[in-house]
Amino acid sequence: MASTEAHLPAGLLSPAERELLHQTWSDRPGFWGWVTAVDHKSVAKRYIFTAFLFFILGGLEAAAIRAQLARPENHLLDPDQYNQIFTMHGTTMMFLFGVPVQLAMAIYLVPLMVGTRNISFPRLNALGYWTYLIGGLFLYSGFILNTGPDAGWFSYVPLAGPQFSAGKRVDVWAQTVTFTEIAALIAAVELIVTILKQRAPGMSLNRIPVYVWAVLVTSFVVLFAMPSVALASMMLAMDRLVGSHFFNPAEGGDPLLWQHLYWFFGHPEVYIMFIPAAGFVSDIIPVFARRKMFGHTALVLSLVATGFVSFGLWVHHMFTTGLPQLGQSFFTGASLMIAIPSGVQVFCWIATLWAGRPRFATPLLFVIGFIVLFVCGGITGVMVASVPFDQQAHDTYFIVAHLHYVQVGAFVFPLFAAIYFWFPKMTGRLLSERLGKWNFWLFFIGVNVTFFPQHFLGLMGMTRRVYTYLPETGWGPLNLLSSVGAAMIGVSVLVFIANVFLSLREGVPAGDDPWGAHTLEWATASPPPPFNFAHLPVVGGLYPNWERGADAPVVTGLGNSHREVLATTVMDAVPDAIQTHPGPSVAPLLVALAIGVTFITGVFTPWGFVVGPVLLFPTMLMWLWPRRKPAAERAWCEERV
Amino acid sequence: MTRPPPRPGRAPALLALAALASACAHSDMSAVDPAGPQAGRIAGMTWYLTIVGTVVFIITIGFLLYALWRGNRRVESYAGEGAERHIRRWVIGATAVTTAILLVTLVYDFATGRALARFAEPDALTIRVTGHQWWWQAQYIDPDPSKRFETANEIHVPVGRRVRIEVRAADVIHSFWVPNLHGKVDLIPGYTNTTYFRADRAGIYHGRCAEFCGYQHARMDFLVIADPPARFAGWYRDQLRSSVPPADSVRQVGEQVFMGTRCAMCHAIRGTEAGSRVGPDLTHLASRGTIASATLPNTRGHLAGWVLDPQSQKPGVYMPPNQLKPDELHALLSYLQSLK
Amino acid sequence: MMRTTAPSHLRALAPALALLALGACQREQRSFQETPPGATAFPAVQTTDIQAGPKTVDPAVNTYQENRVAVSQGQTWYTSFNCAGCHAPGGGGGMGVPLNDAEWIYGSDPENVFATIVEGRPNGMPSFRGRLSNTQIWQLVAYVRSMSGLTPKDTWSPRSDHMQEGRPNRTAQPQRQLP
Repeated sequence: MASTEAHLPAGLLSPAERELLHQTWSDRPGFWGWVTAVDHKSVAKRYIFTAFLFFILGGLEAAAIRAQLARPENHLLDPDQYNQIFTMHGTTMMFLFGVPVQLAMAIYLVPLMVGTRNISFPRLNALGYWTYLIGGLFLYSGFILNTGPDAGWFSYVPLAGPQFSAGKRVDVWAQTVTFTEIAALIAAVELIVTILKQRAPGMSLNRIPVYVWAVLVTSFVVLFAMPSVALASMMLAMDRLVGSHFFNPAEGGDPLLWQHLYWFFGHPEVYIMFIPAAGFVSDIIPVFARRKMFGHTALVLSLVATGFVSFGLWVHHMFTTGLPQLGQSFFTGASLMIAIPSGVQVFCWIATLWAGRPRFATPLLFVIGFIVLFVCGGITGVMVASVPFDQQAHDTYFIVAHLHYVQVGAFVFPLFAAIYFWFPKMTGRLLSERLGKWNFWLFFIGVNVTFFPQHFLGLMGMTRRVYTYLPETGWGPLNLLSSVGAAMIGVSVLVFIANVFLSLREGVPAGDDPWGAHTLEWATASPPPPFNFAHLPVVGGLYPNWERGADAPVVTGLGNSHREVLATTVMDAVPDAIQTHPGPSVAPLLVALAIGVTFITGVFTPWGFVVGPVLLFPTMLMWLWPRRKPAAERAWCEERV
Repeated sequence: MTRPPPRPGRAPALLALAALASACAHSDMSAVDPAGPQAGRIAGMTWYLTIVGTVVFIITIGFLLYALWRGNRRVESYAGEGAERHIRRWVIGATAVTTAILLVTLVYDFATGRALARFAEPDALTIRVTGHQWWWQAQYIDPDPSKRFETANEIHVPVGRRVRIEVRAADVIHSFWVPNLHGKVDLIPGYTNTTYFRADRAGIYHGRCAEFCGYQHARMDFLVIADPPARFAGWYRDQLRSSVPPADSVRQVGEQVFMGTRCAMCHAIRGTEAGSRVGPDLTHLASRGTIASATLPNTRGHLAGWVLDPQSQKPGVYMPPNQLKPDELHALLSYLQSLK
Repeated sequence: MMRTTAPSHLRALAPALALLALGACQREQRSFQETPPGATAFPAVQTTDIQAGPKTVDPAVNTYQENRVAVSQGQTWYTSFNCAGCHAPGGGGGMGVPLNDAEWIYGSDPENVFATIVEGRPNGMPSFRGRLSNTQIWQLVAYVRSMSGLTPKDTWSPRSDHMQEGRPNRTAQPQRQLP
């Protein structure tokens, strides 16, 4: 249990002890330190950076699509290239950017926000990143080598099956999904444990920030949704490589089975991206409205309700497949119902802004843009929840418009708000406000110019996933307008990249708390030291950084010569145990490589599933090998007991 | 720094209404220009959803912009017990209004769905449509076998009579969609799905495949031609007939070219020895207005280009290029254009 | 301080990727307008290994044999043009000889199989001269040879979406017997 050091006034750390603490928690220096890092901030920063690289690649693919579709009968891309590019665009944005960046932001922010030293399973965290990276590199290597997938990000069978998709392309897709889904499950598990068991003392359930609740809900959604796509992709891989008949109607299989399994994952997947985004907004608005958030309990309950109900919507992706009408009605009901918690959140946000004193810094601009785009996307979502309307709109550009309004508007915009908001914390420098405003306006106008016309294109008959269209359809002008908007979005992303690089070099130093914010991460330095807080705070309310004075209570008695973390109870965050955390280790990278060998060679030969586990065994042994405690640590533990 | 941003909210919504209204001029491929009761009911739902959605958007964003403007002029945040109660009433009220709108929408949706499903009728004209990569096979089904025939890519239906479409897939998933007449229905291997519609207005309605099915998904179109009943009966009679035998020597040579080279390996012409079902039935090719699954006009020039090199029009399609000598091509085209 | 790009270990991957490139490109190549091997002249067919002077073979012949997409397309033609009607799906044989075994009456080299399809053979194999394009025939050649394991393993067709056929007997060794 935490105890007061008898020989130091108030139990605070002396400079020498602080230096020791710093050494204990730091990553090792140089390249080896980079490879062995288990600090959640190090892993999260590279995770976020990698995800943004994939965002840019996905954006380039989108640029190619819009360039090809800007004119009727364009010859920029042939059908095969176009099919590969739109498949890569969807796969990259959903699997390599969308879910990973949200989980990575959570991996960075959650331990700081709940007031602990590191995420719950540091080496597992590193494993998650390496697995994700290997998956992404595998996909893009395939793409470069003419083996990139070309059957859509949703890979419907029988088109993606063994007979109609010859070669290894779809197998590369299926295994990429496997890698990213392992990484997501890892992140979900460690976030749940961190949030439930490692909160600072006093941070009872009703004092958890809304963003942290959002991450908790999201992690549970990941836990229940990912296995479905893991199963589906494994079944597809087996059909293609081993001769099974899961999806072969001639032998008793069913192509619709794929759709059910895929969308059972696919619908919660988009909520995995949206729920943390709503969490960002709920913790950014109080800072820029300079007022406590209205309706904290309602917001939290809305997030939980959204998480639950998101599992009851998947058939709305299948309204045209001829399923029984009564069954479809349930999914219409649920799809309409999920608008209610979203609406509650929007009303609470607007109410807080109304009651506060807004200051229009870039994060707030992105939040306002998000609300506008999300309401529009949510309304078109209510429209397509109706089966009759969806029978016209399904698989047309109306859906493309809807999905981009909710994905770009309700996920990317809050993400940009979060980046502008937390960049000073992560790097110690503020992003330029001037470039930020250019970024916002170009992006906001660009998104509307790109995607609003697509609503009309859909109702005028333009179907999705078409590499070209005839001039007689009359779709040319709106497509050209849409492509012009896409160019604007490209420019805005360039402005963002410029902003990041310039600010890293010459940005205004941020200090601990440039925004006057209310969550715990702003109570430590920018960027935070490796140990996050020299003294873990004791929390007394929902807005700790606003409520804590200079003499606020802190936790003392954790060891400085080895990594110790405080575990607390689930409901009331009463200190419960002290955990020893592992230091830097290369085992996660090695295990990830063994997993990579298993699944990558498995695409080409079944021996992969023999060689891989053979490599996995020693690497896992290395990971799990008991560590002999150094003398200082042994002495410390014995003295405490 | 504290000036509120200018208002972006209303303009796009008004633009939406204007654009939708302009789409009302009769279009041969539009979900908001219904030519029959099924599409009509859906269009009604569309208008309801669009108008209600636009109003909700305007009101919500209006509140947002008002909140920003009002908050910007505040000296102190509005906080405290009274404030919380006041705000709570508004939020609960807004949530209640939202729920009410959603419930009304749900009821309207169910009613529309039931109406669409109840359009079935045992007496409907039955057409079995099978989707292939990348063309449409259409078999007209009749209880009397002598009244059945097969065609491709262009379907004629009589105005004012219900039509039952039974859809199947020969290879991968496709989707049958004629926006002016009804919503889409998927063609899934292993399943037969059924949809009903009726055309109340004569005209040519453009349809498309609406489920990604490979290289030429973009050019897998078809036509639904609604004829007045008398004209439809005449068309039906003509389609039942066997193919027109070649009337002169040029066309005879053309028929020999057809039978003696690759054409007969994939295409059927009823009344001749060509009976392959790999590609579209060509018995009455000349009665169609389009070729290449409704993506090219059926003219001599386009037919020539298509026969010589389909890959340049629809790269990836299964029909190979055909090197023909000029006189062979000329004869073949004359024969094909005689197949009325 | 945000770390930028990863250092040297990623650059080391480049040569490995380059090696993979050769294999992948060959197997996955798809093209829409192509000149198949032997398009302009009937390919040279030899019925013996012994010849005078250097062997002349169209090198383009092999590109189809190592292309998964060509084999897949050949499988489509095998069904469409009813080769399966005599030779059975999967090549087990029936009215026609089995194609998935090691016996090749007229030789198993690609040119021999091409000649068989184009010319027909005594006792029932029809001639397809002029009825199929050269591209289609070469794709059929690739598929037929893959049925007995004569093409690289990664070009073989996995199971099809039809009713299950017999499993191909891929133990054939290249053999040529003369009638």
